[in-house]
Amino acid sequence: MPINAKDVDWVEEPPMNFWEATFLPAVVDGLRATGHHVTHFQPVTQMYPEVASDLPKHYRGVHRLNRDDAGRVKCVACMMCATACPARCIDIVAQEAPKDDPKWVDRDKFPKSFVIDELKCIYCGMCEEACPVDAIEMTHIYDLTGMTRQEMLFDKEKLLSVFDQTKDCGLDPVRTHKGKLGPASDFEQLPTLGPATQVRGDDRSAKSTTPGVIK
Amino acid sequence: MFEQVFQWILKWLPEAVHPYVMPILVIGIVLQVNLGVCSYLILLERKLSAWMQDRHGPNRVGPMGLFQPIADMLKLLLKEDVIPGHVNKFLFVLAPGISVFTTFLAFAVVPFGPVPDRLTPGDGKFPFIIAPGIDLGIVFIFAIGSLAVYGIILGGWASNNKYSALGCLRASAQVVSYEIPLGMSVVGLAMLNSTMSIEKILLNQANQGLIGWNIWYQPLACVIFFIAAMAEAQRLPFDLAECEQELIGGWHTEYSAMKWGLFFLAEYTHVITISFLTSILFFGGWHFPVIAEADSAYAGATAVKVFVLLTKVFAVIILIQMLRWTIPRFRFDQLMSLAWLGLIPLATINVVLVMFVKQFELSPLWLFPLSIATFVIAGLMATQSSRPFARRGAAAVEQAHGGHHAHAH
Repeated sequence: MPINAKDVDWVEEPPMNFWEATFLPAVVDGLRATGHHVTHFQPVTQMYPEVASDLPKHYRGVHRLNRDDAGRVKCVACMMCATACPARCIDIVAQEAPKDDPKWVDRDKFPKSFVIDELKCIYCGMCEEACPVDAIEMTHIYDLTGMTRQEMLFDKEKLLSVFDQTKDCGLDPVRTHKGKLGPASDFEQLPTLGPATQVRGDDRSAKSTTPGVIK
Repeated sequence: MFEQVFQWILKWLPEAVHPYVMPILVIGIVLQVNLGVCSYLILLERKLSAWMQDRHGPNRVGPMGLFQPIADMLKLLLKEDVIPGHVNKFLFVLAPGISVFTTFLAFAVVPFGPVPDRLTPGDGKFPFIIAPGIDLGIVFIFAIGSLAVYGIILGGWASNNKYSALGCLRASAQVVSYEIPLGMSVVGLAMLNSTMSIEKILLNQANQGLIGWNIWYQPLACVIFFIAAMAEAQRLPFDLAECEQELIGGWHTEYSAMKWGLFFLAEYTHVITISFLTSILFFGGWHFPVIAEADSAYAGATAVKVFVLLTKVFAVIILIQMLRWTIPRFRFDQLMSLAWLGLIPLATINVVLVMFVKQFELSPLWLFPLSIATFVIAGLMATQSSRPFARRGAAAVEQAHGGHHAHAH
């Protein structure tokens, strides 16, 4: 069925004035604009390999497995992270803690093996959210490379070594200690994270207690 | 210095080849310099576009990316040169050759420095032009320039690909349309100077000094020539034949490696040629007040003249490159109406004005206000005729309303 002409709204083009109709002033205007960018050169490019870019504080990079104060793996092999993981990249094999060993007397289970496929992972942070004991956390490390797929399967030792590497460098501090509850129960104290990009001053996230970025 | 070396070289060669030594030398120099300049112009264009868009541009190969052209050239040479199975092989291979051959051929009559008078082959004077003394230089350039479109048409047709076909159809329509204003814009110039030879037009300007530059007599023709020449060279904003967004690559969609590189080289050589022509025909060529007059004879005057000319050419090239990143591409109907409704009538009026001035033996300086007045009148007419789309729509609504009422009554 043809459209009724009455239903058609014709949008009028704004009429051209004399200077617009001759085109040349508009061309000169455009040249001035582009030329200004050349003469007042302020690149916005991040020179990445030479200069690392600033990361937001809640940046989600490679995982780590935290140790408790006794140096044991904090994970209690509850499988919450593996269940929460939308990419199904976490594989945990649990083992009962040796009851006769005084070192493990306060624990029921620990992971016998804990493997994260860093290639499958989508870095959504759901594992971090799900973990009841703050054992799995994501660090700021993002430049992750490997020669084979096998290399990118991070096992328990590797994830613990990521913790050892990052706990003291200031970017990913140890946030909870043995005896304290995790941050999920401590909502009053939980700082909202600063925005990743610039936000308007009246935005709620601009009033964060920890604004800014990781340098 | 150059002459002594040249005579020394001639001594070692048989008498019969003496007339051919200098042309071959000049052709060799022009070809090599042109290749180098083209590759660095591409780098310059990439840098310039980057600066305009607040980026850095290529900066990885060498200091500030200065060796990028070498890397690009190596890449083009080492890439696999694919000839798809569905193409017409002979024409497919021939097309880039035609493009490059014709654009280089057009450069043969373009002087790139002060051409000495009374040249004889073998006297050792560097001629600063490949083919000196051609009296229809302008006609030659336009004839060869319109041949260049055959490279595009053949390439697009031989590719047997709908994008290539569309691209080459657009290219041929565009080149045919813009040939006319391009030719018409210099007809006035040829009449004013009573010659078609580019060297003589240049000398005429130089002999009269700064006031002799043709831009004072033919400002409108200069604008028309520049626009039409950019359209001929398929440069943005007139690169409808290869617009990536609609046609992938236009006529060179199926081309890869060095065959594609040859098309690109041809385009840049074309840009260099039209920049030379613009600065020679309208801006006095190598002439510049005080430092490079027609009768300057101080030591190194020739070098200064070449430098002045190349500076002017470089300025035009920069302008062309800046325009590329400033003005968005025309729509095809806009492109056609610019040529047929804008440039061709203006160029014709310009020719009539020159005839008028010549016939009544007025001072040629009258042409300056007359050209400006023509341009202003054309602008006024354009304001009156704008909004064709909106008017069409309004007319349709009115018509529909009228019909409705008639029916109701």
